[in-house]
Amino acid sequence: MIADDTQTCQPLAGGQSLMPMLNLRVAQPEVLVDLNRIAALSFIEIQNDVVHIGAMVRYTALMHSPLIDKHVPLLAMALPYIAHQAVRNRGTIGGSVALADPAAEMPAVLKALAATIVVVSAHGQREIPAEAFFLGIYETALDEGELVHSIKIPLATSGHRFGFYELARRHGDYAMAGVAVSAQSINPCTELSIVFFGVADQPLRAVDAQAVLEGCAISDNAALTAAQQSLPAELMLGDTGVSADTRLQLARVALKRALLSMAD
Amino acid sequence: MTGPLHRFDQPGTYIGRSVERADASRLVEGEGTYVDDLQLPRMTHAAFVRSQHAHAKIKHIDVDAARAHTGVVAVFTGADINPLVKPYVGILTHLQGLRSPPQLPMADQVVRCQGEPVVMIVAQSRAIAEDACELVQIEYEPLKALVSAEQALDKDAPTIHPELDNNTAWVREIDVGDASAAFSRADVTVVERTFLFGRHTGVTVEPRSVVVEYNRSDNTMVFHYSGQAPHMMQAILAKHLDFAEENVRVVTRDVGGSFGIKIHTYGDEIATAVAAKLLRRPVKFIADRLESFTSDIHARDHRIQGRIGVDSDGRIVALEIDDLTGIGPYSMYPRTSAIECNQILNLTGAPYQIDHYRARGTVVFQNKNMMCQYRAVGHPVAMAVCDSLLEEVAGEIDMDVVDIRRRNLIADDAYPVTSATGMKFADLSHQQSLERLVELMNYDQLRADQSDRRKKGCYRGIGLVSMVEVTNPSPMFYGVGGAPISAQDGATVRLDAAGALHVSCSITESGQGTHTILAQIAADVFGVDIARVKVSTGDTAHVPYGGGTWASRGAGIGGESVLLAADALKAQVLEVASSILQTTPDTLDIENGVVVNADGDDKISLDELGKIVYYRGNELPAGVNAELIATRHYRVTDYPFVFTNGAMAAHVEVDIETGFIKVLDFWVVEDCGRVINPKLVDEQIRGGVVQGIGGALYEECLYDEEGQYLNATMADYLVPMAGEMPDIHIAHIETPTCTSTLGAKGAGEAGTGGAPAAILNAVNDALRPLNASIFQMPMTPERVLNALKA
Repeated sequence: MIADDTQTCQPLAGGQSLMPMLNLRVAQPEVLVDLNRIAALSFIEIQNDVVHIGAMVRYTALMHSPLIDKHVPLLAMALPYIAHQAVRNRGTIGGSVALADPAAEMPAVLKALAATIVVVSAHGQREIPAEAFFLGIYETALDEGELVHSIKIPLATSGHRFGFYELARRHGDYAMAGVAVSAQSINPCTELSIVFFGVADQPLRAVDAQAVLEGCAISDNAALTAAQQSLPAELMLGDTGVSADTRLQLARVALKRALLSMAD
Repeated sequence: MTGPLHRFDQPGTYIGRSVERADASRLVEGEGTYVDDLQLPRMTHAAFVRSQHAHAKIKHIDVDAARAHTGVVAVFTGADINPLVKPYVGILTHLQGLRSPPQLPMADQVVRCQGEPVVMIVAQSRAIAEDACELVQIEYEPLKALVSAEQALDKDAPTIHPELDNNTAWVREIDVGDASAAFSRADVTVVERTFLFGRHTGVTVEPRSVVVEYNRSDNTMVFHYSGQAPHMMQAILAKHLDFAEENVRVVTRDVGGSFGIKIHTYGDEIATAVAAKLLRRPVKFIADRLESFTSDIHARDHRIQGRIGVDSDGRIVALEIDDLTGIGPYSMYPRTSAIECNQILNLTGAPYQIDHYRARGTVVFQNKNMMCQYRAVGHPVAMAVCDSLLEEVAGEIDMDVVDIRRRNLIADDAYPVTSATGMKFADLSHQQSLERLVELMNYDQLRADQSDRRKKGCYRGIGLVSMVEVTNPSPMFYGVGGAPISAQDGATVRLDAAGALHVSCSITESGQGTHTILAQIAADVFGVDIARVKVSTGDTAHVPYGGGTWASRGAGIGGESVLLAADALKAQVLEVASSILQTTPDTLDIENGVVVNADGDDKISLDELGKIVYYRGNELPAGVNAELIATRHYRVTDYPFVFTNGAMAAHVEVDIETGFIKVLDFWVVEDCGRVINPKLVDEQIRGGVVQGIGGALYEECLYDEEGQYLNATMADYLVPMAGEMPDIHIAHIETPTCTSTLGAKGAGEAGTGGAPAAILNAVNDALRPLNASIFQMPMTPERVLNALKA
């Protein structure tokens, strides 16, 4: 059905974004394909040096998974910030990836962790790096007829450090600004990966900030200030609640607080 | 309190006890019956195509495709519906000069705000009706949208209504004493600020909902609605749809929140009634969340210039406000959209002794959704303006904010008092409430903690408010101005053959515990176990006539009517019992369902008495004609309103890097007279405070410059959520009102009325060392950051 291009078709995962969109008549597919009973898409397992997570794994399952706690701590840090328990009971990691909401936590976390998105179609399977997967607001590298199958995330190694911070008016809201940080080490910082969410049209890698901080101690104030200043003002989006200027200010604060939390 | 023990202070009484709500488990278990639960034979479902434009001419409407859509029963435009409705006008004669053009349920040639109903689709399901809505083609010619009140007021602005010479709906001025002279005195310190209050709305969990049935054979209508004022709706429907009033029955079952949203005349609901009549089939209309945001009445939206002057002792010598408010394209019917401004003018400065007061209110039409009465009408604005000015000027003369209140509050022993604006106050306890608050919040320790934290770069603030609340209104509120709104309420109390009490009352239950308190009063006054009291409300065919539940009037007015009726029934029952027992009524009493003698000995149970009266009347002496039913009505006569008072405080922390405000704690000392059910009163206050915090920090109906509503979803319009709310600590002072036996004043709106002022003051207190301040609500992070940059 998904391969059939004579009708508009929408896969239904946890439905925590799609159902409201249907209610609002923003999405009007002719066919809904319910993925909820495909047991083969609900697995969490270790394969060599990655954790492999099926697209239909729900947030609550991830939160209760010792594998995630141990091997993907950044994901574990982000999960409690996703909406509310009722939403997490239904919402899936694959649904969030496929939707590509730039304000959502999952795309930024996966990008920060250099995860790989495994997609399938009638023609077979391919793997797309998270870095190249999220292209814009609700826009991904998925081709017509392709479905997110699973996500592969490299295992954290000892010494690997992570930071996560988000600013939301109310717990569970989409962030006004948030950031996911991963580093191979922090004193000095090496292989720093900094990805913002809720600030631009896609999960935003802070390339300049990474470069500024690389090789510096994480608590180096001058480097931190320079990193804050290096955030790309021109990519910040404004909306009804927050102007682009405020967004930039909040992103800078989020960065500082995420990094400081890693130094503790 | 001194003196003999009052009848309600006796041990074992129900009044004053936190009796559990009898209907709570029914509602929690999902067994409530809301309007959308009604499924009637042949029922149809309505959806509306609403104006996308804030102001436009309708050039052409094409409904052919919609009409042809499978499952569509009928398609109506204003041309079909409006001629069957007598236009309604949102004015009250005692608001002199208020004007508003006649309104009709659906748009007619010109749309004047976004969301105005243009086409109504009636179909076999709501989904089909919505599908058909998408097939309607409407050609508009956009007109200049006057979105802000300032724009509408501009002398060069086009008029929204061609029949009016400008966009002003109402102006009121008050000038008591000589404010100018007082402000210009050499010893007077004057502070002036401009306050902005954003629009917000009620966001009821159950949206506005109606199911309308029409019976052609006897020309009767049943209007099932989720609302607060069944008799008012009955009168309105009868008058404007041309029915004899007795042929309209309004039924209200469980209501999922109302907050003042559901006491107005909405075009979509009236159109639904007309459609039911035209189709001779039941029609259901349930507003969806988008419709709720864009068409439920909005409130607040005031810009106020305020000025206060105090002498060197911190005594207020003069207060002045100038309020500008935009109300949408019409004044809402029948309560009008001028009441909020009127309340602000009446209530600003009300807790304090002020001799010189000048106020001006300007109410203008604009191309936004209509504004009207929402919980705590005008109070949050009036209290925030006065108490913010007071704390600002206290800062200016370096006086503590508690101290300056002590110097200005009307003394507890001064009542009755008439305020500068003519408000009559009685039985208030501002001083006692403030002292209790200071003790409850541990004020001195909080101040010490604040100063320690400031040294570490942590900005915490403490803000207070002393406030009044209008409750238990008399006919001087609406009835005097010509509105079909009853200020009195009635109750019938009846004893059945099994010795149980049946209470029916004209006030309504919206989830706040009305039924529980009425049962408490009846059980208490009459003398039965509360489990044997059944309460019904919300059906004009079966309850006495009355106003319903709004303006914090249910307990005070409806409750008193139940008290009077239960007292009267008791007298009847004792009369009957005395004839059966061959004694006199004054030697008897009723205790726990049994008639007892002066020694407390059981003489006859109510169960037995009921059976004699109803089944074995032959045992009654000749000439004894037992009724076992009594009806009484009550209205407030001695005062236009019964005011309550309170003192509140907020403790907040401002994150100066992000502009985020965290409310750490909140305290309320409330004097609502006699407390019937402490738990229910406390939860009313807590819920009210939360709604007040919503207005202060989160909630705002945002429009763009074209009059397009920007945040009509629950993701974008932020309501306060439990996770962000502080502990709300509550204490009571009980000064019963002298206007009734029960002594209860209202408690429904105080929290909402006072909380924004306390939060505003706390935030400005936190920002003071940074030389920053904010006078705009909601205080969003962005606005706080901008205040810090200024």
